[in-house]
Amino acid sequence: MRNPLTVLRRRLSEHRELRADGGTTSQAGSILDRDSVRSAPFWLPPFLLIGLFIYGAIIWNIVLSLTNFQGLGSPDYSALDLENYVIAFFGGTPSWSSLTVDPIWNAAWNTVVLMVAFSVVCLAVGLVMAILVDQEIRFENTFRTIYLLPMSLSFVVTAKFWLYMYNVETGLVNLFLGAVGVGPVEIVQNPDIKLAAVAFALIWQFSGYAMIVYLAGLRAIPTSHFEAARVDGASTLRMYWRVIIPQLRTATVSALVVLTVFSLKAFDFLFSMYGGYQPGPSADILATRMVREAYSNGNWAYGSAIAVILFVMALAIVAPYIYTQYQRGEL
Amino acid sequence: MSTETGRAGERSLFGHSLRRIVLYGILVGMGAFYLIPIETGLMTSIISPETYTGNFPYLPPLEPLVPGTGEFSLEPWQGALDGLGQGLVNSVILVVPATILSGLLGSMAAFGLTTIDWRGQIGIYILFVAGIFIPYQAVLVPLTQFWYNIVPLQEVFQPLAALPFVETYHWKLVALIVTHTAYGLPICTLLFRAHYKKLSDEMVEAAQLDGASVATIYRRIILPLSIPMFAVVFIYQFTQIWNDLLFALTIIQFGDAAVVTQDLVGIGVSQAGTNFPLRMAAALLAALPTLLVYIFFGDKFAKGVAA
Repeated sequence: MRNPLTVLRRRLSEHRELRADGGTTSQAGSILDRDSVRSAPFWLPPFLLIGLFIYGAIIWNIVLSLTNFQGLGSPDYSALDLENYVIAFFGGTPSWSSLTVDPIWNAAWNTVVLMVAFSVVCLAVGLVMAILVDQEIRFENTFRTIYLLPMSLSFVVTAKFWLYMYNVETGLVNLFLGAVGVGPVEIVQNPDIKLAAVAFALIWQFSGYAMIVYLAGLRAIPTSHFEAARVDGASTLRMYWRVIIPQLRTATVSALVVLTVFSLKAFDFLFSMYGGYQPGPSADILATRMVREAYSNGNWAYGSAIAVILFVMALAIVAPYIYTQYQRGEL
Repeated sequence: MSTETGRAGERSLFGHSLRRIVLYGILVGMGAFYLIPIETGLMTSIISPETYTGNFPYLPPLEPLVPGTGEFSLEPWQGALDGLGQGLVNSVILVVPATILSGLLGSMAAFGLTTIDWRGQIGIYILFVAGIFIPYQAVLVPLTQFWYNIVPLQEVFQPLAALPFVETYHWKLVALIVTHTAYGLPICTLLFRAHYKKLSDEMVEAAQLDGASVATIYRRIILPLSIPMFAVVFIYQFTQIWNDLLFALTIIQFGDAAVVTQDLVGIGVSQAGTNFPLRMAAALLAALPTLLVYIFFGDKFAKGVAA
């Protein structure tokens, strides 16, 4: 008579792996001895935490976006439909409101403009700065520290500084413009340039980050590549353009992904700069629109739908990146 | 040029001293660009608000030596301390446990998903990495629902408020600590995993052969070797959590539990107009902890952001 538990144990213990060095791993034994299980006390609690708070919340948000949740009270999950997405794309008067709700195109367009302008300029400035810093300069650490300094600041703080810089009467930008005979120019509330002003301040904050990433990329290129280009008689500009910059692709992609995600998070900056939920139509991005709809107007479900759209945009950028990282075995 | 050896000679863009001067000119100019908004804020923050003219925001208050620059005064900083005091205290209550928890759990997760090598762990790890890039808007409404309507944290805190130093509104800070811990975990795990991948396997294998348990390997081998990475992770997380506004705005919303970034948004604006010295002092005061951390541990911060 065999103990059924022993049978079960033996069944579960067939998992035996041959290692490259010829020995076998200590995975023999019951399922409780497997490495995945033995290490579970370490990875499982953090995994449950992100499972609940990140992935659980994302799924819940998708469900919420299908409801008519509005105002006080609690959401009603019995009638789910895509009405909020129809409103988001085409506008109109939803069943949960007596007012007309605008579609998201304006905010979506501003989001893309901000994202592209901010990321591209950050990368360009960062690349040039990284090449300059890479010229065996003195006080390199001091320069690097200064260039990265704004990144340690909060969006809220940065917004306060630039609100002051952009001020019509006392701002340094207008004092400078006045010195060259222009202005004074209203910047912060000027519909024509406010998005550019926001992008400029964000570039001030994050171009140092692009520089750090590019500098690490430049330092990873073997000196022999520089030497080879020199021997071939390439001019400096040509050497960088033809030989060095193509090798910075990985650095560019990873910096680009991070910067793009930063720009999607520019909510904090806009909230602080405009002192609330109303940056005005020409600086409104999806991040601000979503929070305004939900937390200011009480249109919770509609806000959730905008959040889903924002999430899909982020996913479209991030998923290919993570996939290629995975394929290269760099995760 | 040809007599120079090594990297310096071979990759130098600027051979002549004139080019060298131009190079340093650009570098210093860019340095000024990055520093001027902060410098202007600092100078304005020590001007007495009554004598502030705004004509020379970048100059220190040198009245009566230089007319129009205003008189020196620490009044704005006093005002900022009064206005942000409660927020600063709340931010400290929030940021210390959230930083330690996310760092510690991140290290544990990375250990269980890297050092202990098992099939299928990459799938779980990918979920951690993807979490770094989630736009937080995608979880805000559920988070608010969760903390306000699902978890009875507020009721738990009502009896606790009888204890010294505990107030009922602290429940919001606890909610925010848990939230920041969860959302900090992905980046912490990534940073620790990068570190653990570089550690040699030999020590861990030897310990396993000696029959050491997983917990022993973590405590005796991995944890001591993680200390430099803990510095990087703690500095990064401290900065991130201290600087956050969005989660605070949607979980704390308003009231006594408001953190410093929330208080900073509205400070220095009144019917009479904007009090720029006060506002700049408040911005600098709110930024001071992260600025100090950055100035003293800048290299570790750079390591964290470059990862």
